[in-house]
Amino acid sequence: MDPIEFLHILRNSLWVCLVTDALLWLLFMAFLIGLGVILRSPLQREVWRNVFQQRLAVVSAVILAVAASFALLDSIHFRQPLPALSNGAGAPDTSQVRYAVEVNSVLDLVLTGLRDGYEKTYSAPLAVHLSALEPITVTLPDGSVEVRREALRLKVAGQAFAPGAVSDVDYWRDVVSRVAVGILGGLAAYAGCVFVCLALLALIRGKHSAVVSRRHPVARRWAMLTLGVVFVITGVFASLSLNFHVFGTDKVGQDVLYQVLKSLRTALIIGLVPTLVTLPIGVILGLAAGYFRGKVDDVIQYVYTTVSAIPGVLLIAAAVLSIQVMLDNHPEWFGTAVERGDVRLLALCIILGMTSWTGIARLLRGESLKMREYEYVQAARAFGVSAGRILLRHILPNVFPIILITMVMEFSTLVLAEAVLSYIGIGVDPTMFSFGLMINNARMELSREPVVWWTLTAAFMFMVVLVLAANILADAVRDALDPRSERQS
Amino acid sequence: MLRYLFRRLLYAIPILIGVNLITFALFFMVNSPDDMARMQLGVKRVTPDAIQQWKAARGYDKPLFINEKAEGVQKLTHTIFYEKSMTLFAGEFGRSEDGREIGQEIRQRMGPSLAIAVPTFVIGLGLTVSLALMLVLFRGTWLDRTGVVISVTLMSISSLFFIIGGQFVFARVLKLVPISGYESNPWTAWHFLILPVAVSLVAGIGGSTRWYRTIFLEEIGRDYVRTARAKGLSETRVLFGHVLRNGLIPILTGVVVVIPSLFLGSLLVESFFGIPGLGSYTIDAIAAQDFAVVRAMVFLGSVLYLVGLILTDLSYTLVDPRIRLK
Repeated sequence: MDPIEFLHILRNSLWVCLVTDALLWLLFMAFLIGLGVILRSPLQREVWRNVFQQRLAVVSAVILAVAASFALLDSIHFRQPLPALSNGAGAPDTSQVRYAVEVNSVLDLVLTGLRDGYEKTYSAPLAVHLSALEPITVTLPDGSVEVRREALRLKVAGQAFAPGAVSDVDYWRDVVSRVAVGILGGLAAYAGCVFVCLALLALIRGKHSAVVSRRHPVARRWAMLTLGVVFVITGVFASLSLNFHVFGTDKVGQDVLYQVLKSLRTALIIGLVPTLVTLPIGVILGLAAGYFRGKVDDVIQYVYTTVSAIPGVLLIAAAVLSIQVMLDNHPEWFGTAVERGDVRLLALCIILGMTSWTGIARLLRGESLKMREYEYVQAARAFGVSAGRILLRHILPNVFPIILITMVMEFSTLVLAEAVLSYIGIGVDPTMFSFGLMINNARMELSREPVVWWTLTAAFMFMVVLVLAANILADAVRDALDPRSERQS
Repeated sequence: MLRYLFRRLLYAIPILIGVNLITFALFFMVNSPDDMARMQLGVKRVTPDAIQQWKAARGYDKPLFINEKAEGVQKLTHTIFYEKSMTLFAGEFGRSEDGREIGQEIRQRMGPSLAIAVPTFVIGLGLTVSLALMLVLFRGTWLDRTGVVISVTLMSISSLFFIIGGQFVFARVLKLVPISGYESNPWTAWHFLILPVAVSLVAGIGGSTRWYRTIFLEEIGRDYVRTARAKGLSETRVLFGHVLRNGLIPILTGVVVVIPSLFLGSLLVESFFGIPGLGSYTIDAIAAQDFAVVRAMVFLGSVLYLVGLILTDLSYTLVDPRIRLK
């Protein structure tokens, strides 16, 4: 899209801030602050250098960062202005601006071509025809009418070819040249980005430091390599998307690549936001139970045994069903469908958080039970330091690695859980995009003729990459931070 | 021992009451029975009369906790909380939305669930423990590293993928087994069971193998292992005689607690493969928003979990002579 038009739309639109948008950006800010804290302390820097000594951890971190940037772009929402009505006299009435009901995000704007490029129905990746044959009536030269079954040309994809049949040579020449352009474009963009970043770094840090520093070559080399691959893939996808649907289209003819990219935001929100609920409950209850023992411990243990006694899926199902009934009975609460879906997503996150704090509470209870007997804690108690202060200053910092590791490991569990929950029908709102919904909508497609495999494949592929990256990063973080884990091999 | 058991059983009662309070709050206090009636009846048929009728037919027309109109004990018993939640303790699950006896359904559907869950559990446990031992035996070699990579990858793949993919490849393309279905006799239904069991095995193998490997690795660094080696025992003797037996203690914590819950079956596998077990029953109930069934399953699930906790404690005394229950 034309950058000037792009900025123009952004300037004139009505900004909409959904609750999950705010939370996601808040988490991003918190992450940046945490990064700042880590970079300041030499000890922390050393610990994290250990994490990023591992090649796979670096690759995973970059992949997660790319996914996060898509999600963040998708978390700036706005409503575009509608063209002004004419006020009878012919001149447009500019006194009052009206906005579209549809809520879009910056990512939508970037992907306008993908978003609006609807076909009639299923089409395979990089296809120029619909995947199923359609009956068409042909009038033969002699005047008789015949019904043939043909695969129709797509409406949006394949516009670069002349109407009618596309020869194999033309097709492959186009595909190959677009891939080549994509690779070159990706590399060029990558070089440009690296140049700008280095220049900025040099500006901030002084003359040579950014370029010359070789302190963690492993991390830097692999981060650059991964970023380069991401840029090239993005370039290829972008250039192919100008004439094709890279991952095909689904039942209603919507581009699958667009759906997958939109699903990233849902996945990240589901993976991250519940921890905002889990952590306060789990940390406070766990530490308090271990530190105060006695009655407090009994009560807290009772609460978490009760919550963990209920089968997780059923508790989530019960809660989601209840919330759903509430939302269904109060349609007046929401202005747009997007807001409604957003509140439901938020409710799902809170529910997931409320059901998953027992693990960390149990873990931290054990730790604080142990730590309250340590000399420095006893010394603090002897000096008359208050319990709250001891917990905050002496115990919490020491269990921080455990909290962080649990959080990272929880991410992949939650992303996988979303797919299952959406399949059962208690996941995110059907008007949104998510991997679970994509899988759910596509589960009967493998039994179609011809087989429609691309929606499922794309959804599963992106999900595996995301979850695998999170798992690998979690492993690396645990190896480096968890004092109990010994690196055996 | 008996006193311990008795105390644990007593302790389970307040927990179950807590579970009931939570589910009760979710089902009756977040939304009033009127809201439920409105949703079940659908938009077209909602009239005050219809709502009253719907509530009366299901016993939802009473007060939540305290019935002011009744007398004596009935003040407490003629309430939704007593009739819908406390009767679960007596095993009275009530009727589902379509009027069937829930208790009856549960008894019927337990068999098929177990037919999938038990083989999966037994084969899975044996397989993962042996795989983990093998990785530990070859620790530090390429076999170990590949094993860990494969485990992590398997963990990262959604179980939906294994189910959908397995059904597509083995049932639709290769036509080795039927796509879905079940026979009432579990002994002749094996060809219906083989794919669901295999799929559940593959889906669960990664996580447990990696977890058991960590446990065994922790054990292998201990002093008694060094002593055993110093005595001149072979590495395999050390592994099977010492590491395996000691590693079983932490493994039991995670494993024994799920044994009673095997009754509940697997939600996804059963619904995909058309197995008429408790898992698919639950899923159907959730899809149909049948609150009575969900409530019953929540109660059943938590009872089984608590039984599992007690069994875990008992199993400790079997494998670890140092532990005595008081």
